[in-house]
Amino acid sequence: MEKTKKEPLIHITKRREISKKNEWAIRLGSILIALIVCAIITTLTTDLNPISVYASMWRGSFGSERKIWALLKELSILLIISVALAPSFKMKFWNLGGGGQVMAGVLATTTCMILIGDSIPSGALIVISFVAALAAGAFWAFIPAFFKAKWNTNETLFTLMMNYVATQIVAYFIIKWEVPKGSGQIGMINQNTQAGWLPVIAGKQYLLAVIIAIIVTIIMYIYLRYTKHGYELSVVGESHNTAQYVGINVGKVIIRTLIFTGLLCGLTGWLLVAGTDHTMSTSLEGGRGFLGVMVAWLAHFNPIGMILSGLLLVFMSRGAGEISTAFGLNSSFGDILTGVILFFVIGSEFFINYQVHFRKSHRKEAADV
Amino acid sequence: MKKKLIALMIILAMIMMPMLAACGGGGGSEEPAGGDEGGEAEAAMKVGLITLHDENSTYDKNFIEAFKASCEKEGVEPIIKTNIGEDQACYEAAGELVDEGCSIVFADSFGHEDFMIQAAKEFPDVQFCHATGTKAHTEGLANYHNAFAAIYEGRFLAGVAAGMKLNEMIESGQITADKAKMGYVGAYTYNEVVSGYTSFFLGARYVCPSVTMDVTFTSSWYDETAEKEAANKLMDNGCVLISQHADSFGAPTACEDRGVPDVSYNGSTKAQGPNTYIISSRINWSPYYEYVIESVKNGTAMDPDYTGTIATGSVEILDLNEDVAAEGTQAKLDEVKAGLEDGSIHVFDTSTFTIKGETLGDDFLADVDSDADYTPDTNVVSDGYFHESEMRSAPYFPNADPVDGINLLDVAF
Repeated sequence: MEKTKKEPLIHITKRREISKKNEWAIRLGSILIALIVCAIITTLTTDLNPISVYASMWRGSFGSERKIWALLKELSILLIISVALAPSFKMKFWNLGGGGQVMAGVLATTTCMILIGDSIPSGALIVISFVAALAAGAFWAFIPAFFKAKWNTNETLFTLMMNYVATQIVAYFIIKWEVPKGSGQIGMINQNTQAGWLPVIAGKQYLLAVIIAIIVTIIMYIYLRYTKHGYELSVVGESHNTAQYVGINVGKVIIRTLIFTGLLCGLTGWLLVAGTDHTMSTSLEGGRGFLGVMVAWLAHFNPIGMILSGLLLVFMSRGAGEISTAFGLNSSFGDILTGVILFFVIGSEFFINYQVHFRKSHRKEAADV
Repeated sequence: MKKKLIALMIILAMIMMPMLAACGGGGGSEEPAGGDEGGEAEAAMKVGLITLHDENSTYDKNFIEAFKASCEKEGVEPIIKTNIGEDQACYEAAGELVDEGCSIVFADSFGHEDFMIQAAKEFPDVQFCHATGTKAHTEGLANYHNAFAAIYEGRFLAGVAAGMKLNEMIESGQITADKAKMGYVGAYTYNEVVSGYTSFFLGARYVCPSVTMDVTFTSSWYDETAEKEAANKLMDNGCVLISQHADSFGAPTACEDRGVPDVSYNGSTKAQGPNTYIISSRINWSPYYEYVIESVKNGTAMDPDYTGTIATGSVEILDLNEDVAAEGTQAKLDEVKAGLEDGSIHVFDTSTFTIKGETLGDDFLADVDSDADYTPDTNVVSDGYFHESEMRSAPYFPNADPVDGINLLDVAF
């Protein structure tokens, strides 16, 4: 006699294949459930109609031409950082230092604009600050990469700490260049001469940032997909031993990849100072170095997919600001909604990768037999 | 399958119905379309406010509450954007407020200034009013204005209340006259802070000649832990009375824990320190909001700078705590306040203080026109006193060296 073994109520298996259609059905379904949960929270905690709250969030991003441009600007900045981080993470190099690498670019650009802003033509200044920002970002990423390649130090802690070092150096220079004395602010740099400010294309202040983001995204897509470098870093990501076995110099790939990441983060810093904000503060990077990690992961390191995941995050944060203005709600309320939606979106990845089986009732099983 | 379809239809209908209702004008958030109504009813004027934080900061709360009250009184529609950083976000917020039809845009934080100026240049038909800024008088824009108040008078009065308390402590034998040392938790070594603690100190010395003061800085406008620790450090150093400029409840709660009297700022902290709170001073922004709204309604031009005073109701001392304050404080405050108003008392009377042993002479220059080299450019001493907040609204009391009697503990910030 065969002993009947009790089958667990739920068991989980890893999916082998999932069709694109099902994948997206799970994703969209999770967003829909998230919206319903948010609606319930909204109704329970405020007396507002959730649909008008959603409508207001939509208006926060697409309500006027100015808001659409602001959305595109935010998306572009976030996208470049996410795209920059993609090769590091694909190589399984946990680069949490995107923020610090951006700040290095911010500081380099600001330094150029303040120190030589009056003495050379604006065009030359733009070129010099561009080179300086990229070099600074690359240098800031090179340091942890070098230590990793040489002595196998922990890159997660190293890159994380480099963020704080960069922020403190920026804080030092803010005190050095503050106006008026003691205020802790440097204000807009070269506001009256606009020296070193990036040109406005076709009357649209943020168009240049958008164009640069598109170019960077395409380049990264090609780099990861079709170049030898891109292949090598994914092999290093799978296994250092395999990479060594097939003759890849792991240390070289790590350093090369991180310099590439740093260059693009430096580029972002340059865009922030010379292109959009024209100032330097310790909060200018605004946590995008971490947000970019999430954007990149959500898109499985596909630069084109990052446009979508980045859009979702920017849309949510713009919407959160809008509902606090429209309904007088504390901005934390918008953060709660954002948190719920992200929880479901990230949670949906689980259901894409794994299948959940429920125990079938025995009667039905018997009937099947 | 049919059942599924029907269920889906019901869900869809449930989602769509309120949406349609909202589109039909039921939603409170819909903007009234000004131009489309053919001018049958004059739409209310709209006024925008940009704040750095929200009501959780005492500083921003003071702006937001006065703003709401003034808009209601003037019959205009307020639109408030909170948590706007001191970067391009401020320019964007200003632009959005203009898009929504605001005729006036206010901003409350010092770092918003350059971004407000940028917006003011782009939208010449809208008035941009920035509190605490320094550049309106040099920018030369007709639609950009700075505002502040002669809060040094309020600080001076709060200082008088502190001095009275010290006298009481000396008379009761709790401390000797030479131990009458106060502590002050400052934010930055910025002129506004320096002007604040100096006037507070001079107010205390007005009634208690032996007083001295230690000042420490937190390098942040809002950092509850740092402010609490700073207050504790000062008390450890022998300070017997504390006051502060920074915006959190850190210093008042530290004082309450140790039973040391505290003079507050921006609003009463009696709830945080019922046994130690003496008095507070603050700027009431309502007179300024109402002045600007009425000026725009009447089409009258405004000066680049506005400095509110005790007379305009902009400078307030509030909520004297009789349980803690020395006897006769209210009477003394009334007397000094009258003296400030009729001009018989000046806060920065040059015969009452020295800097590095020197009395400020008529040739003394202050850095009134902000520049990167901090060049002293304007004569600010005449008729025997330092003219604070007269050449521009924001304070410019010199921050290089303190008035004798004040000891700066850490000036690395």
